[in-house]
Amino acid sequence: MFEEVGTTTEGDLIINMGPQHPATHGVLHLVVTLNGETIKNVEPHLGYIHRSIEKMCESLTYRQFIYVTSRMDYLSAHINNHACAMCVEKGLQLEVPPRAQVIRVLMDELTRIASHELWWGAMAMDLGAFTPFFHAFRERESINDIMEETCGARLTMNYMVPGGVMHDLHPNFQRRVKDFLQLYKSKVHEYDEMVTGNVIFQNRMKGVGIISAEDAISYGCTGPVARGSGVSCDVRKHYPYEIYDKLQFDEILETGCDSFARYMVRVREMNQSISIIEQLIDNIPEGDFQAKTKAVLKLPKGEFYSKAETARGELGVYIVSEGGTTPYRIKFRSPGFSNLSILNRMAKGGKIGDLIAAMGTLDLVIPDIDR
Amino acid sequence: MTNEELKTGISELAATAIIDEADANGWLTVNIEATNWLSFAQSLRTDPALQFNFLFCLTCVDWKTHLTMVYHLRSTIYKHELVVKAKLDRNNSEIESVAHIWRTAEFHEREVYELFGVNFMNHPDLRLLILPDGWEGKKPLLKDFEDPINMIRL
Repeated sequence: MFEEVGTTTEGDLIINMGPQHPATHGVLHLVVTLNGETIKNVEPHLGYIHRSIEKMCESLTYRQFIYVTSRMDYLSAHINNHACAMCVEKGLQLEVPPRAQVIRVLMDELTRIASHELWWGAMAMDLGAFTPFFHAFRERESINDIMEETCGARLTMNYMVPGGVMHDLHPNFQRRVKDFLQLYKSKVHEYDEMVTGNVIFQNRMKGVGIISAEDAISYGCTGPVARGSGVSCDVRKHYPYEIYDKLQFDEILETGCDSFARYMVRVREMNQSISIIEQLIDNIPEGDFQAKTKAVLKLPKGEFYSKAETARGELGVYIVSEGGTTPYRIKFRSPGFSNLSILNRMAKGGKIGDLIAAMGTLDLVIPDIDR
Repeated sequence: MTNEELKTGISELAATAIIDEADANGWLTVNIEATNWLSFAQSLRTDPALQFNFLFCLTCVDWKTHLTMVYHLRSTIYKHELVVKAKLDRNNSEIESVAHIWRTAEFHEREVYELFGVNFMNHPDLRLLILPDGWEGKKPLLKDFEDPINMIRL
């Protein structure tokens, strides 16, 4: 790969961005062909963190494989676990108790806020503003504390199991979440003052990284990337799971098609998640947190597919079962992989400096792409 | 469109296709010959009543005797979904690429190419995507693949 560095016969410059570039948030390697400042081609080279999770899962039982999936999109660990648990439940035709459903949704939405917070801070840092990162991490830290108390981990939670959640909520959970809501509401105006309304920021984001609605669909984009181009694709709205159909929240759509539109989708989505948490935090039903399951889970012969909305888009889990205790084949349709494929299309013809602003709003998590 | 309507529409498009009843996910599965895939894919995409414009999952399953390509399709306009399967010869697996119909297929097919060794004909850029250079010929997701150095079986 590295011998490609140099100039082409037409005099274009070829440079490597990554795998250790600060703006790629992980080991993503881009080979960029430049004509002066203008991008002629961007080619991602993947695999620096590929662990072959799909192959690993073939030798793990239906209880075990869920733990590995926390390591895919580690910023949406709960939602990864959730999608896998739902897929196994579909195979077992297992009913999840109402308490577990509410706990799952609460955890998912807290994860979504934490993920968007990290993206927001890192995004601003990519563009040269270091301060927002600390502001974002202040709020994110209290979510991590909530997770640590209930799940015992801050990043790879492994809290969702087939049939419900692993154990009950910590007694402090409700109070902690309410403290967080208060903290978030007292600080959220800073986000807009610091970044959203900033003229320099807007000038760098507007009109950069255009993705048309047709392209977004054709390239398989989901999540805020597609919604920034006005494509309605929220799994929580279109294919509601758990109790999402009973909740009041809006699917955020922007029509700008540029980096700024994708930025606005995520910032506004955080407020929707806050509203979902507010609806649920005082209404957690009493009862079991886990359905009764057999010690050894065996899925019937067949194919099972479940989807969930992670912070990055639609995560699909496809299990092919032969009736045994381990999946015969498992495929994760990760949102990052499809979202990355549009990078060349959106960056081509733009300036090298805009590549960072455009790529930042794709919100790529490399272990999610590499799996 | 309901599954019943889909079934009628699809049997008009591909008379030889075998349509399985709805599976646990509530989706019809259309089994087609690999050689018919390209024209069938084109009509699924363009037929005004079907309009499957979103290829949300593309993968392959190794059945030891043969490979099966699995395509999950959705119409963002009509909200219906469909599974298309094509059986491939395990030793000489090839099928037409659909990267120009659904652009997302370009990356997904590159992934299947390196992990299963399926040759996608007329693919715009069929090269290794994830695996390092020099991995040609070894197909990690096939059932008989064992790597003595990097053990991926737990």
